[in-house]
Amino acid sequence: MRYSLAMAGFLAIFWLANSGHYSGLLLGLGALSVLVVSWISHRMDVVDHESIPLHLLFKLPRYLLWLVGQIFLSNLDLVRRVWRPGTPIDPVVARVPLPQDSDVCRVVYANSINLTPGTLTIDMEQDSLLIHTLSREGMDALQEGEMARRVTALEQ
Amino acid sequence: MLSFTIIVILLVMLVALARAFTGPNVFDRVLAANLFGTKTVLLIAAISYLLGSPDYLDIAVIYALINYISVIGVLRVTEIRRERRQAGAE
Amino acid sequence: MSTLWLWASDACLLIGSFLLLTGALGFLRFPDFYARIHACGVTETLATGFVLLGLLLRSDDAMPQVKLVLILLFVLFSSPTASHALAKAAWNAGVRPRDNSGKRRVSLPHTDP
Repeated sequence: MRYSLAMAGFLAIFWLANSGHYSGLLLGLGALSVLVVSWISHRMDVVDHESIPLHLLFKLPRYLLWLVGQIFLSNLDLVRRVWRPGTPIDPVVARVPLPQDSDVCRVVYANSINLTPGTLTIDMEQDSLLIHTLSREGMDALQEGEMARRVTALEQ
Repeated sequence: MLSFTIIVILLVMLVALARAFTGPNVFDRVLAANLFGTKTVLLIAAISYLLGSPDYLDIAVIYALINYISVIGVLRVTEIRRERRQAGAE
Repeated sequence: MSTLWLWASDACLLIGSFLLLTGALGFLRFPDFYARIHACGVTETLATGFVLLGLLLRSDDAMPQVKLVLILLFVLFSSPTASHALAKAAWNAGVRPRDNSGKRRVSLPHTDP
């Protein structure tokens, strides 16, 4: 119930932010569509702590700030590699452990790896990820496991 | 500066198109199509500011959604083909 | 809108354009499919962020700003998923990474068939 209410709230805010017209008719249509979408997703049984991760809401901003910093650093590294003449890349493929238990955190971890250019998740298994990196240093940083620690801290 | 950015985006789209034509395998082509699509979103957003009509931003939002779904759809087709081939081989 | 904001917006658009060109150059230059995904990643994360930030600083209305932030959030959520789907499909179809000279000398994990 809590998750359904939260989702209806998010949907209502989404409608209000996107429409820009606040006449009675359009607000009524908005309320109607929020109700229909809530009903459909309730029937599909997809509204739970996996799809609406409320418990992550307060821990996420700090992680996202750190992630933006990482994205800056890895972009700078890749820009240097692209503009440098000669042989700029030395690809590595290896497995990296996947310590998270919940699906949300596993997806957050894999998506964070993909968001930082230079590292890419190819495949996801029960307890490991198959990773392609452009350089040996990128793989070393992942295996050192700072990002994994931070995502695991989200879980607790 | 706005028109310079638009020219750069068009240039990048041209590169993506070239790769989509020459790309050695189907995945290079899908990657190029994906790059083309995300740059289209940026192009529509930039054009909306060039023309001064913020309504275009709605189109950009919709285009971002469609682009993502189309890439996933094409890849799904290749996966289904592979599964069928494996099922046929067994 | 003051001139200061316009300058900031121009700076963001300039950085964004430079990153877009970098991504395109990498896309042309890199020797294999997986490396090209990384080059695409540059244009999809930071370049998109800077271009949309530059546009955002140009508007003095709340509604376009909300929509630009929505576009940015959506691109940031969808692009890693799309590139993972691409990499997985290519890996399953038998495409393997190559090194600079175009040879398949990249060491693969031994558990792989």
